[in-house]
Amino acid sequence: MSNFVKMKSITIKQPLKLDCGKEISNFPLAYETYGNLNEKKDNAILIFHALTGDQFASDINPVTNKEGWWNYAVGPGKAFDTEKFFVICANVIGGCMGSYGPATIDPVTNKPIATNFPVITINDMVNAQYNLLDHFKIEKLFAVAGGSMGGMQVLQFVSNFPNKAKVALPIACTASHSAQNIAFNELGRQAIMSDINWKDGLYDGNTFNPDKGLAVARMAAHITYLSKKGLQEKFGRNLQERSDLKFSFDADFQIESYLRYQGSVFVDRFDANSYLYITRAMDYFDLTKQHGGNLSSAFKNSKTKFFVISFTSDWLYPTSENKDIVIALNALGSDVGFIEIKTDKGHDSFLLDVPDFLSTIKNYLNNTYLNINERRI
Amino acid sequence: MKEEFKVISELIDEKSRVLDVGCGDGVLMEYLTKNKVVDVRGLEISKEKVKKCLSNGLAVVEGDAEYDLKQFPDLSFDYVILSQTLQAFMSPENVIKDLLRVGKKVIVTIPNFGHWKVRVDLLFKGEMPITKNLPYEWYNTPNLHMCTIQDFYNFCNNKRINIFKTISLNGQKTSKITSSNLKFKNLISELGIFLLEK
Repeated sequence: MSNFVKMKSITIKQPLKLDCGKEISNFPLAYETYGNLNEKKDNAILIFHALTGDQFASDINPVTNKEGWWNYAVGPGKAFDTEKFFVICANVIGGCMGSYGPATIDPVTNKPIATNFPVITINDMVNAQYNLLDHFKIEKLFAVAGGSMGGMQVLQFVSNFPNKAKVALPIACTASHSAQNIAFNELGRQAIMSDINWKDGLYDGNTFNPDKGLAVARMAAHITYLSKKGLQEKFGRNLQERSDLKFSFDADFQIESYLRYQGSVFVDRFDANSYLYITRAMDYFDLTKQHGGNLSSAFKNSKTKFFVISFTSDWLYPTSENKDIVIALNALGSDVGFIEIKTDKGHDSFLLDVPDFLSTIKNYLNNTYLNINERRI
Repeated sequence: MKEEFKVISELIDEKSRVLDVGCGDGVLMEYLTKNKVVDVRGLEISKEKVKKCLSNGLAVVEGDAEYDLKQFPDLSFDYVILSQTLQAFMSPENVIKDLLRVGKKVIVTIPNFGHWKVRVDLLFKGEMPITKNLPYEWYNTPNLHMCTIQDFYNFCNNKRINIFKTISLNGQKTSKITSSNLKFKNLISELGIFLLEK
C-alpha cells in the first residue's frame, strides 16, 4: 500500500548491531519533516511515534489520506510550532511505512522478509533514528518528544545519547513495561497468530492477510487507550441504528460498531507482522533493568531538561509509572518538570485535542527555547 | 510579597541549588532566577499553578510536599524554601523534618498569628481574625496549623533546630529578631522569616 507514495528516506549503510545479536546494514529509514531547520541548526525536534504511528505526524498522511497522528500537536502555531521548530519524525524500524521491517521485500526471494526479520528493541529503534542527526548535520537537537512507545524512545534516546537533546518530553509512558502492558500485547499477538491467514507470518501481503486477527488485536488495544468514563459518556448503552436489541450477534451497540470500524480501518494501513514485532519491542523495554535496577543511572550523564506528562484517566501507562521517571530524575538533581493533566480521554489523551496539554507544551517549548538562547546554556 | 522575596533572595548564596516547596505560580522562582545565579526547582500541589510554571519553562514538579519530598535525596539542595505554606500541612512537624533532610539550609516564612491586629480582632470582636496574609474565614481556610513567630521559635528550640537568622517583616520594613526582642517583634511583625539548619 505504501509503495505508491513517494516517501523520504535515508539508507543506513553502516552496520547496526541489534540487541538480539544480529547485525543489519544498508537498510531504509523513512522520515518526514515539518518546518525549516534554521541556520544555527538549533531548532530541531525529533518526534518518536507510538505503536501504530508513522512518520506522518502532521498534515495529511499521503498513504491513508487522513490527518497525521499528531496533527493536533504538530503544525504552524501548534504545540510543536513548525513556524519556529524543525520537526523530524521517522518510521521506526520494524514498522510498515517505508522503514526496514517485516513487510520489506527481500530482493532474493521477492517476498516479504516476514518472520525472518530480527526481533528488535526500543534501543534498536532509537539507534537507527540517531542516524538522522548525521543526515541533517545537527550537532544537538533542541528536543526529543513522544507519547506512549514514543515516550519510551525519548527515555532510551537520552540514556544512549546523554547530551544530544536539550529538552526531553516523555509523555504517557513508562520506563519499564508492566505485566499488564505485556498481557494486553500478548492478547493482540495471539489474535494475529491464531488467524488462519497468518501462516507463521508467511502471508504474501496481497490476497490473504491475517486481517481478522489484526482487527481483533486493534479492537482489544483500542479499549486500553480509552477510559471507562470516556467510553460510558461517548457510547453508554446506545444502540447502533436500531430501536431495539436484535437477539443476534450483530453489532447491536454503538460501542461494538465503533470497535469493529476501528479494527477494519486499521488493517488497511498496518502490517500484522509489524504489529507483532513492535509490541514485542515494547514488552522488552525495561530501562531500569538495562541500568542494573537503578533507573537514575540511565540519565546520570545527561544535562537534558525533562518535562514528564501523564494523564489522570490513563490506566495503561498510569501517573504512578510516569512519576517513577520523575523520581529517578530528582534523585540525580536533574532539571525536571512534571504535570498530570486532568482529562477523561484515557491513554489516547496525548493524541487528542486536550487544550491544557497542548498549550502547556507549546508555552514550555517556546519559553525554554528563548531561555536557553538568552542564557546561552 | 516583593519585600519577602527580597529578604529570601538575600539569604541565598550565589550559584546554589534551591528548591521552592509550594512554589505557587513560580513568582519567587522567577524573582530568584532574575536576581541571582541559582538553579531553582519547584514543587507545587495545584495543577493550575504547575501549568503556569511549566508554561514559563520553570522546572516544577506537581506533587504534595507531605508525600513527595521523600523522592529528593538527603542534602540534595543548598536551600529549601517554604514560603507561607507551613500552616497548610496536615503535619507541619514532619514537613519541617523532611525539609531539613533535603536542604542544607531551610528558609521558612510564617504569617504571624501573634500580630497585634490578630490579637485585637480576637480580643475585641471575639471572631477569628481575617487579615491581608490570612484572608480566609474559619470554615474555608486551608490553614490548619496557624502559629506565631514565638511558637515557631519555641518549636525550633524544642526540636533542637538551629536558627541562623530570624527576620521580621512589617509592611515594607524589615528588622532582625533576636531572643531579646522576640516578644515585641511577635507583636508587630506580619511575617517571620527563619533561616534554619539541622
